[in-house]
Amino acid sequence: MFYREAGQFKTTYPSDMAIFPIAQDRIGIGIILAMAFIFIPLFASDFIMSSVMIPFLVFSLAAIGLNILTGYTGLISLGTGAFMGVGAYACYKLMTIFPGVNIIVWIVTAGFFSAAVGILFGIPSLRIKGFYLAVATLAAQFFLQWCFVRIPWLYNYNASGAIEVGTRTLFGIPIVGPNATPEARYYVLLCIVVVLTWIASNLVHGRIGRSWMAVRDMDIAAELMGIKLLDTKLLAFAVSSFYAGVAGACMMFLWYGGGEASDAFNINQSFLILFMVIIGGLGSLIGSFFGAAFISILPTILKFGLPAIGVPLSGATAEHLIHITVGGLIIFFLIVEPHGLARLWQIGKQKLRMWPFPY
Amino acid sequence: MKFRHFALSTAAAVLAGATALTAIPAQAQDQIYVPLLTYRTGPFANSGVPIADGMHDYLRMLNERDGGIGGAKIVIEECETGYDTKKGIECYESTKGKNPVVYNPYSTGITLQMIPKASADKIPVLSMAYGLSASAKGNTFPWIFNPPVTYWDGASAFIRHVAEQSGGFDKLKGKKIGLIHLDAPFGKEPIALLEALSKKYGFELKLYPVAASDMQNQGSVWLNIRRDRPDWIYNQGWGAMNPTAVKEAAKNNFPMDRLVGVWWAGGDDDARGGGDGAKGYKSLNFHAAGTDFPVIQDIQKHVVDKGLSKTPKDKVGENLYNRGVYNSMLIAEAIRNAQKISGKKAITAEDMRKGLESLNITDARLKEIGMAGFAAPMKLTCEDHNGHNKVYVAQWDGTKWVKGSEWMDPLKDEVMPLLESAANDYAKANNWPARTEACQKGS
Repeated sequence: MFYREAGQFKTTYPSDMAIFPIAQDRIGIGIILAMAFIFIPLFASDFIMSSVMIPFLVFSLAAIGLNILTGYTGLISLGTGAFMGVGAYACYKLMTIFPGVNIIVWIVTAGFFSAAVGILFGIPSLRIKGFYLAVATLAAQFFLQWCFVRIPWLYNYNASGAIEVGTRTLFGIPIVGPNATPEARYYVLLCIVVVLTWIASNLVHGRIGRSWMAVRDMDIAAELMGIKLLDTKLLAFAVSSFYAGVAGACMMFLWYGGGEASDAFNINQSFLILFMVIIGGLGSLIGSFFGAAFISILPTILKFGLPAIGVPLSGATAEHLIHITVGGLIIFFLIVEPHGLARLWQIGKQKLRMWPFPY
Repeated sequence: MKFRHFALSTAAAVLAGATALTAIPAQAQDQIYVPLLTYRTGPFANSGVPIADGMHDYLRMLNERDGGIGGAKIVIEECETGYDTKKGIECYESTKGKNPVVYNPYSTGITLQMIPKASADKIPVLSMAYGLSASAKGNTFPWIFNPPVTYWDGASAFIRHVAEQSGGFDKLKGKKIGLIHLDAPFGKEPIALLEALSKKYGFELKLYPVAASDMQNQGSVWLNIRRDRPDWIYNQGWGAMNPTAVKEAAKNNFPMDRLVGVWWAGGDDDARGGGDGAKGYKSLNFHAAGTDFPVIQDIQKHVVDKGLSKTPKDKVGENLYNRGVYNSMLIAEAIRNAQKISGKKAITAEDMRKGLESLNITDARLKEIGMAGFAAPMKLTCEDHNGHNKVYVAQWDGTKWVKGSEWMDPLKDEVMPLLESAANDYAKANNWPARTEACQKGS
């Protein structure tokens, strides 16, 4: 009734090609952004900020990265965790070598290092496809993780092998380090995520994104149409790794605040992000957010939310139950909607358009 | 009319809620909140469960037997970390608002995370014989405590044990000493100290790293060991790596009494993994195993027999269970000490730091709390948050851990300079603030 485009006429091509052609969608995005920028920092507790929202945003960014590679270009990667690690270590090295430069610059720059490494490990993708490519990227995961442990230069010869994050400020407000408030870290992260999501949205809706999807749907046909396979695939690897790298740097600096980094970027991390992309919806940006929310927020809510509303769950029992519940929900959603939560969202919107008079 | 009724009842409900909220602080007067970060799930649950049970049961026993500590009841809350750093921070963030007096991170990764955070939030962290060795320097890390020994103390005590067994430090010259270690920060920790000692005493140090993914697949590592034939091996391992190492050592006919594990390699299950061949396996320890202590019997009487514990009855008194008890004893004694200093029943985190910094557990005190012979006396000061206390070598007799050496001091002179420089490096790398908290008089 309220959600329909009747009466909204498009008189120009750009307005017809807009990402959000319906006015209600634009209002919705505005509301979500207002929520994220104003209401959540205003009303959420420190715990919600630092243990729910910040991890959610970090994982969303990583999931967008992997979605560009796996969802849009059709190349399966199991190296996301390692690419995130490259970002984190690059950011750390840059920060310690040039301590005067603002940390946000280095968080973003770290993405380019990750992109370079991603290109390197993406080269085999021209010849290897499908599951075999997954195995090839698995090599990247193991090799890079080996580097994180065995090359002490990466962590400045720290005796514990840990990345140590001192306080860094922006306009005099600490945004990184133990003295940074969750709000400050959240705002920095949110700005990074919003800007990068906007860029990603423009990429996938433009010429580059179309060439990625052409390669995904049938690479021989794409080649015949004049799309250079190597360039396209490597670009997908580069962009994907860039996002993963920035996410990794954000994870270490804005969320964890330093620590044993080699352990944080292990194969489980790669799998987790792959699950986010699959459950959220392959080839959908909003799906990346759904998937990240499902995998990262749900366990936390179950673990701390249920006791808060009076369900007597604690310790190991809760942990086991959470594993069972989340596992069950994953299977449920994959059976009900194999195309991910994003597809459910789309169906919901479609239904809403017809409501209350479906035909 | 209806609306007014609704409004009235809402107002009443809000009022009731408000009074309930204000009632909490009044009640909290004589309560002390101690969060326990434990891991009963995940890949390391095998060792996490007995530790968690021991920690919980001792504090619970104090609640049941004495009604808490100094008249203040201890509120114990377990938060499951699964040995996962991410979940560990979640636990920290979710509990730090409830006025915790101390944190036990129980994972090196979580400890490293917590050191800057807890220092900024001014909550003590008690990482008992794990975590960051350098945090022993109280002048740099006023909020972090890692008694009774650091990994460097442990490695040096191992060298002392080797020297004692071979007839003096001068006999170390020309010996081959191996270090089989987890290829992770925790495992690599003793390398720096052992390298320094090998230069000083002239023994040859051989390193045998085991990748975390190969913990249960050490065949190639032991092939190297067979080729090098080291005289002694020190095992800095964790989790599934330990039983595998013991099993492999037995299979390769390595003399078991020359394989010495760090205290985390001293679980009953670690040694049992080697079967009969594990007899003679050694591990460093700073508390006794077994149930022949009044404190353990009190736990059995007041907690386990009443069904208040999650532990199976026959696991009480195992090495890692007793380690949990020892850990909780440190917490309880520090709380008691803090109560004495501050004169309050319900102490704050700040009081707890003072309590920890002047902790002095003497032989007489150990006897009072039913721990005579259970542990060595230990003492912390404002400068020294570790104490570098005595350890001994425990030996597996095929069914249980028994004492395999006398209590001995670590080589403190070798450890201290390393600690000093490590603490300085940490401070420099992190723009670490200088200590502002004043030291207690007489500590």
